Amino acid sequence: MTTLAVSPLLSESVGDFTKPSIEYFDLSPLLIIIGVALAGVIVEAFVPRRLRYVVQTLVAVVGTIAALVMTVFVALGLEPRGDNAGFGAIAAEGAIAVDGPTVFLWGTILVLTLISVFLFAERHLEGGVTAFAGQAAALPGTEAEREASTKGLEHTEVFPLMMFAVAGMLLFPASNDLITMFVALEILSLPLYLLCGLARRRRLLSQEAALKYFMLGAFSSGFFLYGIALVYGYAGSMNLGDIAEAVSGTIGADPLLLGGIGLLAVGLLFKVGAAPFHAWTPDVYQGAPTAVTAFMAACTKVAAFGALLRLFYVGFGAARWDWTPMIWVVAILTMATGCVLALTQSDIKRMLAYSSIAHAGFILTGFVGLNAVATPGTAELTSLQAVLFYLVTYGFMTIGAFAVVTVVRDSSGEATHLSRWSGLGKESPFVAGVFAFFLLGMAGIPLTSGFTGKWAVFTSAWQGGAWPLVVVAALLSAVAAFFYIRVIVLMYFSDPVGEGPTVVMPSVLTTIVIAVGFAATVALGVVPGPVLDLAAHAGQFVR
Amino acid sequence: MDPTPFIGLSAILFTIGCIGVLVRRNAIVIFMCVELMLNASNLALVTFARVHGNLDGQVAAFFVMVVAAAEVVVGLAIIMTIFRTRRSASVDDASLLKY
Repeated sequence: MTTLAVSPLLSESVGDFTKPSIEYFDLSPLLIIIGVALAGVIVEAFVPRRLRYVVQTLVAVVGTIAALVMTVFVALGLEPRGDNAGFGAIAAEGAIAVDGPTVFLWGTILVLTLISVFLFAERHLEGGVTAFAGQAAALPGTEAEREASTKGLEHTEVFPLMMFAVAGMLLFPASNDLITMFVALEILSLPLYLLCGLARRRRLLSQEAALKYFMLGAFSSGFFLYGIALVYGYAGSMNLGDIAEAVSGTIGADPLLLGGIGLLAVGLLFKVGAAPFHAWTPDVYQGAPTAVTAFMAACTKVAAFGALLRLFYVGFGAARWDWTPMIWVVAILTMATGCVLALTQSDIKRMLAYSSIAHAGFILTGFVGLNAVATPGTAELTSLQAVLFYLVTYGFMTIGAFAVVTVVRDSSGEATHLSRWSGLGKESPFVAGVFAFFLLGMAGIPLTSGFTGKWAVFTSAWQGGAWPLVVVAALLSAVAAFFYIRVIVLMYFSDPVGEGPTVVMPSVLTTIVIAVGFAATVALGVVPGPVLDLAAHAGQFVR
Repeated sequence: MDPTPFIGLSAILFTIGCIGVLVRRNAIVIFMCVELMLNASNLALVTFARVHGNLDGQVAAFFVMVVAAAEVVVGLAIIMTIFRTRRSASVDDASLLKY
């Protein structure tokens, strides 16, 4: 009797259930990566220990390639929206936007992931085991740890963890509503926190890096979430399109909106490592295993900038005049912090971390640039396209440079102290030469991809009227060139200290990574046309 | 419904959490303060959902709870590792990485 009385009420309040439509084809790269991560967990449970390394590596590599192939198909299948409004569509009931920039970023992230998997799988440098802790639960310096290392244990869980992080990175720049963006941010971050703490050597540093990254990351995601709450309170919806409508319909400044923009910016600028939210970057980059550093320095930055651009261009595009001054200040602070503090560093990984902060500043310069091309079809780059191109160049240089760091070693593992690098040019002219080239690329010397990337963001910023920012950026680039070239001088014109550094011959995996990074840096510097065209054809974000 | 008291309470909770993260030294307490910030956001989300008369905010609160639970798993694992190594959960002791 009671059920009869209740059920009409229930059906009335719930309403008719309509099945959500999921565009499986458009989302296939993302779904494949999630599937690969889950498959990795299953492999971990059922495959015998001695086979796990090979199986996990294969699963990760094949899965990433499959996702990459599907990305190409998705890119070819994007429908133009007409009226110069970009390509693509909103998928998954408004939660995910699969458009030109999304597909471009997916492709970038997946290629960078593919070469990062090779770095993760490198076994030659540690004498037959990966660079990750044999038994993360064993305390450093105890019998248990020695036992794990004599048995040659290794944590193959790093591969599924990495794939989960990649899934978050693919979802992050594609998310079209705030709660999807928050969930993606956490899927991206949580595995990275763990990966940072898994180094085989210098485990105290590694664990400390994980703790710092986790604490500050959780703190910043608290800000991000409160920003979501405020913007939702303002707009009444989580959807970026609805937020954009509400923003353009408002006259004057609404405190909820301004507070929300500020708090969301804190969360995102933390992830890209922009000053004054950069404090975690040097510590985490130094302490984390170098393969993880390379992976997160490149891929996290690509994903986080994609999300930053989408949120501010699509969601808050109409409030541009409110947030542009903030980005100006943050960009100048970030470039200055990165360039000046990098001068004083004595650790190579720490120096590269400050250099990545400086690069975040240069990218932010492009971020406030040209809003839209005045006359379509000309060679003008919008800031979105300039930033997309810069992210590609930055990603390859960074992974390449960190890959070189893994092969320069002494008896205690990687020789990261700068003094150990002196005289590397005599020990191994080839490795020193490649590293010097990556440094010149980061400094933005012509004929390297760093130059074309900088040229792209600076022209877009200049045409957008942000010329004072470009002047500051150019001056600070000169400061940055000093500390890059200092390392080159150290490698070639100083005598080795003590026994000097040794270059350990890596397996073919790391060699591929360095070669790909090198080739991309040369190619994008000499013939940037194809990739620039690709970025230009990515069009705008769809709404 | 006047949402002001609820939003006010959530802002106060958020501020307490934020200040707690900045002044406390024990990693577990800092982590609890982060959770307080997340829950303050939940309160704000649910209040705004009521104001706007849609369910987005309430659904978001569920997502946040799940994410917070996942964060606990990862966070406590990291804090436990540090504690077992150093016999201390103070964030001041973890100071090998600097300058």
